[in-house]
Parts: sequence; C-alpha cells; structure tokens
Amino acid sequence: MMAQTIMNGLIAGSMIGLGAVGITLTYSILRFANFAHGDMISWAAYFALAVSTALGTALPGLATPVGPFSFGWSLPLGLIASIALTGLLTLLVDWLLFGKLRQRGGAVIILVMAGFGAALSLRSFLEFVFSSRPTYFTDALQIALPLFAGVRATADQMLGLGIAVVLVALVHAALTRTAAGRAMRAVSENQALAGLTGVDVSQTIRLAWLFGAALAAVAGVMAGVLVQIRPHMGHDLLLPLFAAAILGGIGSVPGAMVAGLIIGLSEALCVQFVGAEWRAAVSFVVLVAILLLRPQGLFGKQIP
Amino acid sequence: MIELVSYGAFFLTLALTFAIMCLGLNVQWGQTGLFNVGVAGFVGIGAYVSALVTTPDLPERLGGFGWPIAVGWLAAALAGAVAAALLGALTIRLRADYLAIATFGFAVVVQLCVLNLQSVTGGPFGISFIPRPFGALAGDPLIFGLLNLAVVAAVTLGVYAALEHLTRSPWGRVLRAIREDEQAATALGKNAISFRLQAFAMGGAIMGLAGAVQGHFIGYISPEAYVPILTFQVWAMLIVGGSGNNRGAILGAIVVWAFWAASGALIAAIVPPEEQARASALKIVMIGLAICLVLLLRPRGLLGELKTVSRHVDDGKDAKT
Repeated sequence: MMAQTIMNGLIAGSMIGLGAVGITLTYSILRFANFAHGDMISWAAYFALAVSTALGTALPGLATPVGPFSFGWSLPLGLIASIALTGLLTLLVDWLLFGKLRQRGGAVIILVMAGFGAALSLRSFLEFVFSSRPTYFTDALQIALPLFAGVRATADQMLGLGIAVVLVALVHAALTRTAAGRAMRAVSENQALAGLTGVDVSQTIRLAWLFGAALAAVAGVMAGVLVQIRPHMGHDLLLPLFAAAILGGIGSVPGAMVAGLIIGLSEALCVQFVGAEWRAAVSFVVLVAILLLRPQGLFGKQIP
Repeated sequence: MIELVSYGAFFLTLALTFAIMCLGLNVQWGQTGLFNVGVAGFVGIGAYVSALVTTPDLPERLGGFGWPIAVGWLAAALAGAVAAALLGALTIRLRADYLAIATFGFAVVVQLCVLNLQSVTGGPFGISFIPRPFGALAGDPLIFGLLNLAVVAAVTLGVYAALEHLTRSPWGRVLRAIREDEQAATALGKNAISFRLQAFAMGGAIMGLAGAVQGHFIGYISPEAYVPILTFQVWAMLIVGGSGNNRGAILGAIVVWAFWAASGALIAAIVPPEEQARASALKIVMIGLAICLVLLLRPRGLLGELKTVSRHVDDGKDAKT
C-alpha cells in the first residue's frame, strides 16, 4: 500500500517537475515569476488535442493505440506540433507584452502583473473556445500492470516518468555543455555583462522562452494523458510548480525535478493519510517551510 | 421609479464594498509597491470571521457568538491584518515576486479551508442568516436599501479619509520614498522592511473589513464568492482607476463593477442559457486584456493622470521636495 502511494507520488511529481523546470529556467533568465506558465501548459495540451484529433480523423490508422499505450502515433505527432505552436504563442506574448515592458525598463513586478493579466486572458479564452468540460486524448481504457511488490502502474505512467527523467537530463546537459546553454546561464547571471562579452541577449531570451514552452508542452500533454484536459489544468498546477521551483532553488534544473518529485510524493502522502481534499494545501505548506528555513532553495546558490 | 432607486442603491452599495477592497489594495500596491495576488483570501477571511462572530449560535456549527455587527467588522479587520502580517513577515525581505507567489498560495489555502472545515465555515453550503444592518426594516426595500447604502458609504468615506490622512502624513511619505528609492530611504534611517510590513498589514485589514461589510450586506456567504476572479476584479478596478490614487481606487471600482454588471445583464439577455458559461469566460478575457492594455498604454491608469483626480499626488510631491 505504502509502495503504491510512493509510486503514485513519483508519477505526479515527475509531471510537476517538468513544469517546474520550465518555470525555473524562465525565472532565472527572464528574472520574473511568470504566472502565465501554467496556462501555457493548458494551451499546449489543447494544441496537442486539436492536432492529434485532426490527424486521427484524417488517418484513422494513426489513432489506434500503439503497443501497451492508450494512444496512437497521432499523439506524439500532436506533441511535436504542440511544442512548435506553444513556442510561437510564448514568443507572440513576449513580443506583444513582456518585451515592450522590458524595453521600458520598469520594475520586475510590472512584468509579474502583466503575466498575471495574460494568464487570465489565456485561460478564459480556452474556456470560451472549448468550454470548461474536461476532455481526454483517447477513451481507451488502460489496465495497470503489476510491477513489483504489489505496485501497479499503467504503461502511460511509466512512459511519462521515463520521459521526464530523460528530458531533465537533456536540458541539464544542454545548459552545461552547449554554447547556447552557456549563453543562457551567462544572461541569467548578469544580463549587461553577458551582452558586453558578445552574447546576443534578445536571442538568448527568445531561446529561454522556447525551452520553457517546449517543457510546458511536454508537461501539458503528459498531464492530459495521465489525468485529463481542462482549461484550468495549468492554473491548478501553478502553485505546485512555483513551490517546486523555489524548493529546488531558482535556476537549478535538477533541483526543480527533485523538488517536483518531493512535492508529488508529499501530495500522495497527504491524500493517503490526511485526505484528498487537502491536497492543494501541500504546496503552500512546503512553500512556507522552505521560505522560513532555506529561502535560496535546496540547490540554490545565493539568497535571491 | 422606486424600483430604479432601490436597484441603484443596491448596485452602488455593492460597488462601494469593492471600493473598500480596492482602497486596501491601493495601500499595498499603489503606495508601497507590494504585489498581492491573494486579495480573495483576505476578503474571505474577513467575511467568515465576521459571520462567525455575529451569527446566532447553531448546534451543528462551531462559533456563532451573536455579537453586534460592529464587533464583527473589527474582528474581520484584525484577522485580515494578522494574516497579512504573518504572510508578509515570511516573504517581504525576499524577492518582490516571492510575496506574489505566497499570496497566490494563501488564497488557494483559504479557499480550501473554507470549503473543508465544515464544522466552522459550513463548508460548501456557506453561512446564511448573517445579521444585516437595519435588518428590522427589511420589509421596506427602499428605506432598507438607502440606509445600507448610507452605512457602506460611511465606511468607505471613513477608510478613504483615514488613508488620505496617512498618505499625507510622514508615514505615507516614507512609504512612497521606499517605493521610489529604497536605498536612499534606508540611508536616511528608515527601516524599509518594517514600513512595508505595516503597509501590507494595513491593506490586509482593510480587505478583511471589506469582506465583512459585503457579507453583512448580502446576508449570506459561501466559498464560491472568494475565488481568484474576485482578486482579478479588484486588480482591474485599481489599475483602471489609477493606482496610487485613493479617489481613483473608488472610481475604478464603480466603473469596473458597472461594466461587469452591465455585461452580465447583456449576456443573460442575448445569449442562450446553455452558452452563458462560455460567454462569461469571454468577459474574464476582457478583464485580463484590460489589465495588460492599461499596463502597456497607460500605466498610471485612466484617471491617474488627471490633475483634478490626483490632486493629493501633487501635494505629496510638493511635500517631498
């Protein structure tokens, strides 16, 4: 029973971790808490839903489930399209809103507020187009496979967990091993100095948005496969995402993933021992504890 | 005619309860630059505390002390102040956006508590039979409506006058000095963290009071009233009205609430019932767009730039030099 609780927590936590990596990246490079990130996750899920449904209708072969999974090839294709579309959407929002405010050189908090307004519009627009009724990528039923010691998980869940771990390793490698990654870290440390040493700052900011959008797209599709698709799905994830990003230490990619897993586990334990209705409070408790005890986060370098 | 007057009184009373929230937010954001995304949480705490203090004792629910309404309002303000002070003490010395994240989480937790602590808050059913001011006169809607309008207007004016006084006082000048140049203010021996905390707690107290006043006016509170939309509305009111300007806060509340009520009525009239939820989602898109557009095009708010409205802002500037 306990092992199953831990398994459920890890699966939910890997989803939170993916979103939190996106938050921590954009936070450390763009230097503000982006309240619209959650709604990018929702938009990504709906982009993938639209593309995969269209593909499945046009070519029914693509919609038939592959192997042990609940979805056909139309979903991975939808995910790729969604990464591109979500990237375009974030660049559009940046061009229309954040970029203009950045140019004006105002306070950080104005950017936070603009993100808050954008989040509201983006979310309610989804609700207007798709209504607030939850939907699913497929209606195929999945049977949880026995793994070990009575622990069960569906093939989808195992795939999600695997993808999350691999992606985090890839993002971490990209940040530490490639020139673009070095540029991103340079901009996050000191924007002006990075610009002086020949880093194209606006190009790097766009790259950071695209990274964040791609991670949001994966997190959104994963949440859609494992839970359901709703216009508020990303907004409901926002508090766990922020809590995980701060717990891991802003800017630390492995930290965000580990913290996401911790939050997922704490939520699962809360559901098991306290009650499912208090689950949403877990992130706040974690947030308060980390701000009290170690505001720079588990893996953070300096006090922000 | 009488119906029109009593509807007008009802509308204005409700708008003024939002104006009080907006005044509270103005102390936090307009004067001090503290970003609070949990307005709904503070308003909710105030409404519930006051309801618990003033409703008659009930067997199935904890609390219900049956105390006078004024005591409930004071308790609500106190509860809002304490909640804000605790949350502020946790985050105000850290980065500015940590406060935003913490208040966001705070509102989620208040909503959860209100929904789940059924023995205290009545859970999803809320609390009804909250004593209304002049409840004995409820038989005559016109007199009742006008008397309630007078009470809420008096509270709004009282808060406004107190804040105007504070804005011009040395305390208000320190707040603005910290907002404009924290280093300079600190160099002059002002403890920036302590002043911020005071302003945040005062804003929380005013929001708590506003929640209580609104709860007693409607006579019934339930968790759905304190969802994030409320926070967005109050923000839109302050930004449209002109942040930093107490009159702008009140005017913004009335203007935005009028738009909200009118578009609600319009949707109810022309959209078929099954599509109304979607149509009201569009209404919220507009509020979000309005926030973004004002930030981009007119950061000082629609009225903030008018001299007649922002007279005291100029006074403040004179006083500073």
